[in-house]
Amino acid sequence: MGSEFVQLSLTPMLIGILAAIACALPGNFLVLRRQALIGDAISHVVLPGIVAAFLITGSVSTWPMLLGAAGAAVVAVVLIEAIKRLGRIEPGAAMGVVFTSLFAAGVLLLEQSDTSSVHLDVEHALYGNLESLIWFAAEDWSSLVDSAALRELPPELFRMAGAAFVIALLTLIFWRPLKLSTFDEAFARAVGIPTVAVSLGLVIVSAVAAVAAFDAVGSIIVIAMFICPPAAARLMTNRLERQVFWSIVFATLSAVLGYVLAGYGPLWLGGEHAVSAAGMIATVSGLILALAALFGPHRSRIGAPTGS
Amino acid sequence: MGTTLCLASRERPSLTDPARSPFAISELTVSYGEKPAVLSIDATVPAGSMTAIIGPNGAGKSTLLKAALGMVPRLSGAVTVYGEPVEKSLHRIAYVPQRASVDWDFPTRVIDVVLMGLYRELGLLRPVRARHRERALACLERVGMADFAARQIGQLSGGQQQRVFLARALAQDAELYLLDEPFAGVDAATERAIITVLKDLNAEGRTVICVHHDLATVADYFDHVLLINVRKVAEGPVATAFTPENLQKTYGGRLATAHIDQLKLPAA
Repeated sequence: MGSEFVQLSLTPMLIGILAAIACALPGNFLVLRRQALIGDAISHVVLPGIVAAFLITGSVSTWPMLLGAAGAAVVAVVLIEAIKRLGRIEPGAAMGVVFTSLFAAGVLLLEQSDTSSVHLDVEHALYGNLESLIWFAAEDWSSLVDSAALRELPPELFRMAGAAFVIALLTLIFWRPLKLSTFDEAFARAVGIPTVAVSLGLVIVSAVAAVAAFDAVGSIIVIAMFICPPAAARLMTNRLERQVFWSIVFATLSAVLGYVLAGYGPLWLGGEHAVSAAGMIATVSGLILALAALFGPHRSRIGAPTGS
Repeated sequence: MGTTLCLASRERPSLTDPARSPFAISELTVSYGEKPAVLSIDATVPAGSMTAIIGPNGAGKSTLLKAALGMVPRLSGAVTVYGEPVEKSLHRIAYVPQRASVDWDFPTRVIDVVLMGLYRELGLLRPVRARHRERALACLERVGMADFAARQIGQLSGGQQQRVFLARALAQDAELYLLDEPFAGVDAATERAIITVLKDLNAEGRTVICVHHDLATVADYFDHVLLINVRKVAEGPVATAFTPENLQKTYGGRLATAHIDQLKLPAA
């Protein structure tokens, strides 16, 4: 675990951890609000926005992508509302139709456009390019204090760290309104909490997490991290504060274990190639959820239909 | 505004003057889709009263409260609390939603729910101190739930959940209490505990308004009623407004006359 680890594995692992935490934090509230699929929807919907932003600006820098993603999200919301009203169908179906069609449109757009010069293709959209985010300039652990080497860190790391920091800060500051309006929206309104703004803010923060993570780790991790760590964490405790703590633990564990298993697991098993880190991280998060569902201390739900 | 109100205001100017009423609504109309749920309702709840909002299922009782508090958009109408617009008076109101409106599987403890009642004091970031916890515990004590402070809320019975909601409202220390069906689906002990607390609140000079469904207890629990079925049917003191004729008008064919006769109605 020396120079090779620092150069090849340290930054992808850190980016994976940060992406996982950035998605898991808002995921806790989405899952409790029974809106877990919004994370799924967002990560699908942003694709055409990101591609369109790339086609217009010709670069994959952060702001055009964020704006493109936000634009796509707005289009999606309008479409979902329109389909709900005009077609008179339930919101879940409207959502499902809109986000799969938009994702498909994004894939088509991606295939038709010339994106060979940048890391933007269908595979990348799903798996990201975690393994390629290596730190060329690093020699060994001493590079961590070498300013010249630090300047060469992949920019995705700073982008992801920034997003994770902002999301963590917002979660802390707006903890009470978030918790209150998630538990009892009517009461929250009655004490003057702008619950519509809180819901919208939560969706926007989720979109920021999805867009920031999307570029580095792809949509598979985003979808998995919005749901798996918070859902597993819910089975570990009956207090929201601890649930969020557990979700961070599980997100980190998924990222580290998933990355290591993807890189070394197949070799240990006699295979020749490493597998996709993003796929393995998502798989590990699913396994953690399965284990929590089987052995978690609070897996029996009092509110479940059988119990009441 | 009908003539009854004008007459009433001449008799008791301090109680039914909308500018002093803790809860006055005028021309309130709410609609889900095409059909109005609440149609042009006026009401002036007297200060210091125990008021029941009564009507059949789907009459718009809960909607009336929610629309008054701005949770459901109003098509038209104004709501004032002590003469001020309701939006500026939220600090004077404690609202207890229907128990079934929340997910009791939510990961939180009884004491945390009661502390939610202190949100306006604590704001975003002020820390919860020992005195806040003591206040929350005292509120739980008042509803007989102090021993359950550390329980997860999903472990409570329906009646206990309702008492926790009431404790949270007590923590708000409000002047006006709005409760949506506080006695729905609770055990007899809880019903006694809740009405005792509500009567105490009322004795302290606070105004209590309940959406209520049990006609048999109206005369025992309340002194003022508002009978609605989408439109207002009657409003006034129990003695004069809670009459068989008004109930018949409110419930239409849904309430047999024989059933009305069994009710404890005020002697005419």
